[in-house]
Amino acid sequence: MALPQRRTDIGPPHFEQFLPPVIKKNYGKWKYHEVLTPGTMVHVAESGDKLWTVRVASPRLMSTDTIREHCDIAEKYCGGYLRYTTRNNAEFLVSDEKQLEPLKKDLTARGFKMGGIGYGITNVVHTQGWVHCHSAATDASGLVKAMMDELYDYFESKRLPNKVRLAVACCVNMCGAVHCSDIAVVAVHTKVPVVNHANFKNMCELPTVIGACPTRAISPDPANKSVKINADKCMYCGNCFTVCPPISIKDPERDGVAIVVGGKINSLRSNPKFSKLVIPYISNEPPRWPKAVAAIKHIVEVYAANARKHERLGEWIERIGWERFFSLTGIDFTFQSIDDFTFMRDTMRTASTFKW
Amino acid sequence: MKKYTTPLIDELEKGPWPSFVTEMKKAGKHNEMANDAVGHLEKCYRTKMGYWKHGGIVGVLGYGGGVIGRYSEIGDEFPGVAHFHTVRLNQPSGFFYTSKALKEICDIWDKYGSGLTNVHGSTGDLVLLGTKTDALETIFAEYSSRGWDLGSSGSALRTPSCCVGQGRCEWAMYDTMGLTYALTQEFQDEIHRPTFSYKFKIKSSGCACDCVASIARADMSIIGTWKGDIQIDQAEVKNYSSKMDIKAEIIDMCPTQCMSYDGKELKINNAECNRCMHCISKMTKALKPGKERGATICIGSKAPIVVGSLLSWVIIPFIKIEEPYTELKDLIRKIWDWWDENAKPRERIGEVIEMKGMRSFLEAIGVPPMPQQIREPRKDPFMFYTEDDIASYKAKEAEEKKTGKYKF
Repeated sequence: MALPQRRTDIGPPHFEQFLPPVIKKNYGKWKYHEVLTPGTMVHVAESGDKLWTVRVASPRLMSTDTIREHCDIAEKYCGGYLRYTTRNNAEFLVSDEKQLEPLKKDLTARGFKMGGIGYGITNVVHTQGWVHCHSAATDASGLVKAMMDELYDYFESKRLPNKVRLAVACCVNMCGAVHCSDIAVVAVHTKVPVVNHANFKNMCELPTVIGACPTRAISPDPANKSVKINADKCMYCGNCFTVCPPISIKDPERDGVAIVVGGKINSLRSNPKFSKLVIPYISNEPPRWPKAVAAIKHIVEVYAANARKHERLGEWIERIGWERFFSLTGIDFTFQSIDDFTFMRDTMRTASTFKW
Repeated sequence: MKKYTTPLIDELEKGPWPSFVTEMKKAGKHNEMANDAVGHLEKCYRTKMGYWKHGGIVGVLGYGGGVIGRYSEIGDEFPGVAHFHTVRLNQPSGFFYTSKALKEICDIWDKYGSGLTNVHGSTGDLVLLGTKTDALETIFAEYSSRGWDLGSSGSALRTPSCCVGQGRCEWAMYDTMGLTYALTQEFQDEIHRPTFSYKFKIKSSGCACDCVASIARADMSIIGTWKGDIQIDQAEVKNYSSKMDIKAEIIDMCPTQCMSYDGKELKINNAECNRCMHCISKMTKALKPGKERGATICIGSKAPIVVGSLLSWVIIPFIKIEEPYTELKDLIRKIWDWWDENAKPRERIGEVIEMKGMRSFLEAIGVPPMPQQIREPRKDPFMFYTEDDIASYKAKEAEEKKTGKYKF
């Protein structure tokens, strides 16, 4: 069969053709919304029209079979319209209230999980991990699955003082807004990379490799027509490996994960913040990373027990102080939590007014 | 098809959260590539490391991006994933679809790829995971002839993305979906043919809730905001008072302390409001943003590589976002011109601004200094003065001598 004629630079299809009629009609004229349950909300337009949304968990990595099932459900209850969220949940949109309960019943019967709206825990933003990335120091999808199984009640029903946004990055490249999450897992290397000199001269560009190092740990090694790495300066970021494959940094027994907390991206009440390092290292423990998962659950529970209503995790910590966060959670404070990279000036304490 | 024993990843099929392993196995039932991806992943779990090589240069004719080359180091053992390239399809604004369109995407992908997807990838594209080099042109012809184009990769304008905006949100201060579509169309060349120093991301959020995390992960963050008074419906405020403690949850949590409530009337000193969205988001039936609407433009955010993460910096406190978006398009081009002049390879715009100074950047794009751009003024006395600066300060003093009035 002949191939159809290719077209270049057409861009994506215009979104308008994918909007349900109720959205087309009320575009830009929404009045308010209400969260009905952790899995449903209703938006009300100035015209009085209503749009119910049912949010469903997704593993993000989906087979076409599951996408087709989403489509079948949308055809049955939503006139064939559906959307996905920035955190990769599926959303079924209903303009006829009579369809809402049958839709939910059908979703339950098919094993789809509804939730993720409001003050709980929704889907985890994450990276490719061992499933598909060359620089992964852990598997992101597996960690997410293990975390969300443990925290599932907060997705489906249990409520928190505010939402807790979780993220997993399988290396410090951090594709996605992992560095501004309430709690994030960041996979780390912990050993100085090894240079394969024989391949270096064929595959790498010397200035690029030297320039890729944030701590200036890499210098030329003229004898080998390669580079050498100063172990006292290397912070194992892996950026040299990114620009030069013969520099190897993977190490199954030493790669692990770190946990950072207290970030946010919205401006509600307080400004957006970075997440900060509280647990420097936990060994990679596939398939279910029990210690990392337990640490995250513990932090969520201490937050839930101590924060005021509407306080995000980072806002709660800023109110009580980081010294109190460490004492309340019982997390050991380590040298890694003291910045010795770019932010020391801004992060050391410069007053004697702290708590015991 | 080879049957793999996968005791480790089978553990990830247990528990209530939907399982990606189940998804991979589902696709693996009728697809050799997906089946080998399952075996490949089990090996990663067993040895605690990944086996993907760096991306090779693969793609479709005429484009420099949109396909990420991926090869396995152990392709002999798992021939189905020896090539396992990613195809990025440019998503529709707001991630809306019809079942007909999505099924068509699935049909093509099942025919030429692994049947595995990410809906969606971090940047926003609909990610098709795993295909072979010789299928790429066919895949592109099949999709593009049906109206779907590739997204971006490499040192290019990455696929723009946005929140749901006016499609389903009462807080969207401009049409995020319309703008994203318009910018994507305007800059097709910059998206498909990487000519930049490094990646450039544009993300559009309708309000300060920032549902696409633009402030943290976009070189250019376009965040909706307004001027003028918050519109108050006092009757609805009264309704909220029976459901919530307005003093504790709203008044006391207002970051600028510009609100009061005496049990009858909610008052806002709008001049002091910094439009953080807390009160509006908690009392959405009672409070609405002011009527003059637009966006704040921030620049520079990125993840930690190379010298630490950045959040975007405010450069333009308020700009109208209206079709045909000419002012914004011109601004983007000016920003790229300056970046292009000044960046070393693999330098994001935020890093270049840090190196060259915000002044150089702002002057190049024709934006004056404003206190809204900073959290606080500089703390050190090491500053540049141009001859023009001093001349203008002297001229001001001469004027003061004439009028007898100081103007600081």
